[in-house]
Amino acid sequence: MHGSKDGEKSHGGDFSYVGIDAILEQMRRKAMKQGFELNLMVVGQSGLGKSTLMNTLFKSKVSRNKSVQSNPEERIPKTVEIKSISHDIEEKGVRMKLTVIDTPGFGDQINNENCWQPIMKFINDQYEAYLQEEININRKKRIPDSRVHCCIYFIPPTGHCLRPLDVEFMRRLSKVVNIVPVIAKADTLTLEERDSFKQTIREELRANGIDVYPQKEFDEDAEDRMINDKIREMIPFAVVGSDQEYQVNGKRLLGRKTKWGTIEVENIAHCEFAYLRDLLIRTHMQNIKDITGSIHYETYRVRRLNESNGHPGALQANGVAAQHEALSHEM
Amino acid sequence: MASSDVARQLDKGARPLSLAGHVGFDSLPDQLVNKSISQGFCFNILCIGETGIGKSTLMDTLFNTNFENFESSHFEPQVKLRAQTYDLQESNVRLRLTVVNTVGFGDQMNKQESYQPVVDYIDKQFETYLQEELKIKRSLHNYHDSRVHACLYFISPSGHSLKSLDLVTMKKLDSKVNIIPVIAKADTISKSELHKFKIKIMSELVSNGVQIYQFPLDDETVAKVNTTMNGHLPFAVVGSTEEVCVGNKMVKARQYPWGVVQVENEHHCDFVKLREMLICVNMEDLREQTHTRHYELYRRCKLEEMGFKDTDPECKPVSLQQTYEVKRQEFLAELQKREDEMRQVFVQRVKEKEAELKEAERQLQGRFEQLKSRHAEEKAALEEKKRLLDNDLTSFGNRKTAAALLQPPGFTVNGKKDKDRKNSGFM
Repeated sequence: MHGSKDGEKSHGGDFSYVGIDAILEQMRRKAMKQGFELNLMVVGQSGLGKSTLMNTLFKSKVSRNKSVQSNPEERIPKTVEIKSISHDIEEKGVRMKLTVIDTPGFGDQINNENCWQPIMKFINDQYEAYLQEEININRKKRIPDSRVHCCIYFIPPTGHCLRPLDVEFMRRLSKVVNIVPVIAKADTLTLEERDSFKQTIREELRANGIDVYPQKEFDEDAEDRMINDKIREMIPFAVVGSDQEYQVNGKRLLGRKTKWGTIEVENIAHCEFAYLRDLLIRTHMQNIKDITGSIHYETYRVRRLNESNGHPGALQANGVAAQHEALSHEM
Repeated sequence: MASSDVARQLDKGARPLSLAGHVGFDSLPDQLVNKSISQGFCFNILCIGETGIGKSTLMDTLFNTNFENFESSHFEPQVKLRAQTYDLQESNVRLRLTVVNTVGFGDQMNKQESYQPVVDYIDKQFETYLQEELKIKRSLHNYHDSRVHACLYFISPSGHSLKSLDLVTMKKLDSKVNIIPVIAKADTISKSELHKFKIKIMSELVSNGVQIYQFPLDDETVAKVNTTMNGHLPFAVVGSTEEVCVGNKMVKARQYPWGVVQVENEHHCDFVKLREMLICVNMEDLREQTHTRHYELYRRCKLEEMGFKDTDPECKPVSLQQTYEVKRQEFLAELQKREDEMRQVFVQRVKEKEAELKEAERQLQGRFEQLKSRHAEEKAALEEKKRLLDNDLTSFGNRKTAAALLQPPGFTVNGKKDKDRKNSGFM
């Protein structure tokens, strides 16, 4: 975007340098000082390796492992619970507040109808809290962001197709949150089985109109589309998680040791964990947060503000803009 | 960053965790910066100063381009603001710069209202942003931010003190915008006078309670530089777009018979300091202050003015919804009342008009009757006359036949009627 007053400058101390590009450095400094927030939700049946995957992703004990000795009845909750744990982590001066939201009990009961409801409610509650803070008269300098940025959905490695529960859940939630589906415990599938499973899953997602992250409609330009198309070819990622290190070829690597070999978690020939990690953390994290903030949250806001126009009893702010205008004309 | 900082800054509910290896989220600031590059930046500067004090020249010098401003006349009846937007690019950073100049500031005989157009302009930009923020379907991420981020106030180099116009204007603006005072045309003041002038200005500002923009000191990387610069305020600047050959280089300067004032020479003037502070070091902070301090203040005042509150007298949180509902009911009741009033007035008027019309009708009726009776009378009179005439006619006819009978026979009556009549008249 070159405007009519195009002042192309070169860097370096000669007199034609203005210094506009120093703003990038200023912005980076401010961002580092403020720190970042990331809220991840993991959804899947118990035993699929959700906690282990979180620990592998962030290379630390993010979720406390459920102790194996506990009573089996205690372990499976009667309804879907939402457990949210926050951690402060830091890497090379970048501080992040990571919140992992666990959903024990999802898909574990005999009758699983409506088991997505507590989750939907939780996600919408976070949007609601943000909205309430935003419309306050006296609001905080930086509104605390507890909105769920990304939901990782664990698909059990049956090798056939998606179950009705999976389809229902993803269909409903892809409209309110970014969903990243992963095939859990992918070391039970051979490479051919894995590929055909993925193919089936992709077709089913398309057939049911489920738009998972990265959504096609939010691609900004051709470059984005190219990068995202490559990712869309690989979804869902077949992952293996492990937080134990083993000696392989003289190096200590994260992996799972079995009698027939060691599965290296970060080896892309073995599983796609590295792709998932790159997508979530190294390349698309900011993009995930932006889509949550500018699209999912705005959709929620529009819906809520329009809703209460018809129901005066609902507890939230109205079309304040219209009122604002009307009253300012009055005054 | 100490761990105590971490705990304070982020959240008290989160426990710190140590990482066993490289995760990779240290690329987050890069991701953020890349996104900002693709979006582009916005910066709006407001220049207030008397006509001819060098605002446009300074802007040209600061951004190293020619903004094509024309000279304004000194005979403007009122202060006006002229805003122009430019797209600049340096390496890969795109900047949308809006420069707002005051036209006719300080030229009028009566300068009491001079500050008002400026305040109105700043408020209008806040208002537009507030409207956009309150909309149901909004597009804040694509919004072209027109709020004024920095205000350069040009002080004329009298060498004594601030003018009262300056004080009044700055006092009105200090809670709405980041004010950076500069001494214009600083080549007219000598070094010692300049030092005294600066001290005088700062003390006057402090004693009048004017809050000018202080460069931020909370970031260690720039705190030292900013502290020194805070001590140099207000910056004494000289602007020039003409280049003069000094030594073997071409520099921006003003050429006088007694010497050359170089714009970018730190011994000659503070231009380089201003450029560094305004653009290279603190541009992001200026934008942030505008949003988090000045805009929030405006928003709070505006919403409170309209009666919205966060808590009601019993200190229970009142949702915006309830206040809105109450207001809406009041408003509708007001409308209803007005409608009823108007309806009453309308009915009244209709009644009156009806009465008038009835009266007129009655009168007309009366006249009609009158005319009718007169007409009947006249008709009767005419009938009477006609009857008499008829009688006359018949009696004449009779007499005529009687006369004809009495005439001797053989007297033929021929066509000479007149003669006959005359003759019969004799009889």
